[in-house]
Amino acid sequence: MIRVFVPADTTACALGADQVAAIIAEFANKSGLDIELVRNGSRGAFWLEPLVEVEAAGQRIAFGPVTPGDVPGLFEAGFPAECDHPLCLGKTENIDWLAKQQRLTFARAGLDDPLSLDAYQRSGGYSGLRKALEMSPAEIVETVTRSGLRGRGGAAFPTGIKWKTVLEAPADQKYIAANADEGDSGTFADRLLMEADPYQLIEGMTIAALAVGADKGFIYLRSEYPKALKILTQSISAAEQARLLGENILGSGFNFHIEVRLGAGAYICGEETSMLESLEGKRGLVRFKPPLPAIEGLFGKPTVVNNVLTLAAVSTVLASGAEHYRGFGTGRSRGTLTAQLAGNIRQGGLVEVPFGTSLRTLVEEFGGGTASLKPVRAIQVGGPLGAYLPESQWDLPMDYENFNAAGAMLGHGGIVVFDQSVDMLQQARFAMEFCAVESCGNCTPCRIGSVRGVEFIDKIGKNENRDDSLELLEELCETMDKGSLCAMGGLTPMPVRSALKHFPRDFEPADFAGRVD
Amino acid sequence: MQATTEKVARVVTGAVSKYANCPGGLMPLLHEITASLGYIPKENVADIARGLGLSRAEVHGVISFYHDFHDHPRGRTTVQVCRAEACQAMGSRELETHVKQRLGIDYGETTPDGRFSLEPVYCLGNCACSPSIRIGDDIHARVDSDRFDEILDGVQA
Repeated sequence: MIRVFVPADTTACALGADQVAAIIAEFANKSGLDIELVRNGSRGAFWLEPLVEVEAAGQRIAFGPVTPGDVPGLFEAGFPAECDHPLCLGKTENIDWLAKQQRLTFARAGLDDPLSLDAYQRSGGYSGLRKALEMSPAEIVETVTRSGLRGRGGAAFPTGIKWKTVLEAPADQKYIAANADEGDSGTFADRLLMEADPYQLIEGMTIAALAVGADKGFIYLRSEYPKALKILTQSISAAEQARLLGENILGSGFNFHIEVRLGAGAYICGEETSMLESLEGKRGLVRFKPPLPAIEGLFGKPTVVNNVLTLAAVSTVLASGAEHYRGFGTGRSRGTLTAQLAGNIRQGGLVEVPFGTSLRTLVEEFGGGTASLKPVRAIQVGGPLGAYLPESQWDLPMDYENFNAAGAMLGHGGIVVFDQSVDMLQQARFAMEFCAVESCGNCTPCRIGSVRGVEFIDKIGKNENRDDSLELLEELCETMDKGSLCAMGGLTPMPVRSALKHFPRDFEPADFAGRVD
Repeated sequence: MQATTEKVARVVTGAVSKYANCPGGLMPLLHEITASLGYIPKENVADIARGLGLSRAEVHGVISFYHDFHDHPRGRTTVQVCRAEACQAMGSRELETHVKQRLGIDYGETTPDGRFSLEPVYCLGNCACSPSIRIGDDIHARVDSDRFDEILDGVQA
């Protein structure tokens, strides 16, 4: 039987994958072709979605991007066989954009039905947990520490050290909290992982629980991801039925339960302490630290709070060994960077490469430049709190230290490309506006500062008290940076200052001769 | 959409008894009521508070903190337009102007016929194929003004 794959991923479906699947089934039926239609996850090559694949004789042949209207023509040309049709891309493994990546965490994404436990285990899934079950908690923590894995949510804190703190905290109850509140614009790696390879997250959480002695875990998922909710709910229940989750996991006597809790549209709940408040059923007000969540986290108990990608990476670390994982990357940034190419980009999607790859390589070689075909002007890296980078900074190696040194940050790996039509004053204004909308309100620099920030930028735009407004804006940025309770208020100045520093002409009066719009 | 008093009572009582003993149960409770009624009636805040052993202020505080929760009736279908940076880079500012004009309402408002409520959203995780909108649970990619009209015309509500 021929297997035909049509992704059921959010982006693929947003581009018509459900209709494509229905029409393929209809045409196959009409032609008397015996096909098995598999709704796989996406490989993350979103520019090629819907990316239809056909598996025959152990080979995968790709077609894309396939719109519903393309299907009749494909069948006429000989589909599902490899055929002479402009959408036929040849063997999937030979698509340069995918072949040039170094996939560890996303190696399995898009290969099969994300809910198939068989497919997951056939491709090495649960070998990490099986190894962990043979180890002592301290050995698991030591392995994660040795791998050099750092938090992928944005803060880049060494995962092993966090786990060690939780392991050593005496308590009758501990928790694992997966942060799936992926709110940064330009990021979709967590979503892709949860939709394409959910068991990897579940396995990683189970390993974390085993390592620190937790028996309960929560996935805090943003409500903007309805498909991920469905897939996670189904995969948790399938893992429980297979005794890979729940009571007496794999006959080891170890118990661990996972529950998915939905956020409710608040960006701030991606901040770990705000997320814990929300999990407790409260307003997502940021907590003071200390105490660290590793000591007093969810319901006051020691809690491992990790990003989805961090927990997923743990499965790879345990399965392939700490040395294998730390063999990728550069300096203190070990393993792989999951870059997400977004915004005005021709070939957008998820690119997993070793740390140290340059922004230019990602945007030009993988991204193929802008979708509008105009020159790139600014690139925002690291979400709405990340810096806008001008061309002079595109050759920086993408790793935590180099980006910090340049006044920027990698964050969660989002890369949003803007062409020449961007007005950087508007972007700086939006950074403040977004902070005003999404601030939890618990500290003054963020709550009030963001509102004042919008006002100052508007004054600069209208050329009112220009010099004073610029000076006050800089002082305000300093106050927010130094005085905010968390990264929301603390980092909002980053996009604002970078826009001012690198694109000063956009802040000149509209009739200024040198202004570029 | 205004629900009948009987339906409201049934949904609220059901949700309260389901989550009364669930740690941190207020969030899933509010989601469940929202899924059934479209909003959380103000008049029932006291019932929810009593059932969960919270103060009315605590329940009100949570409802008012989160964008997804509303204490007044809403349109049958929610239209969300992404306002975040990746979509801005692909023309979402023009799109949002068009959407507001086409629906004749601003963010946070409901069309007079009760069909649509319009909300901003900050990222739908579809940023490689911007601009994005969400209608109900369906996310649409690369939406310009014409595409929006086409999608909206196809909504059954």
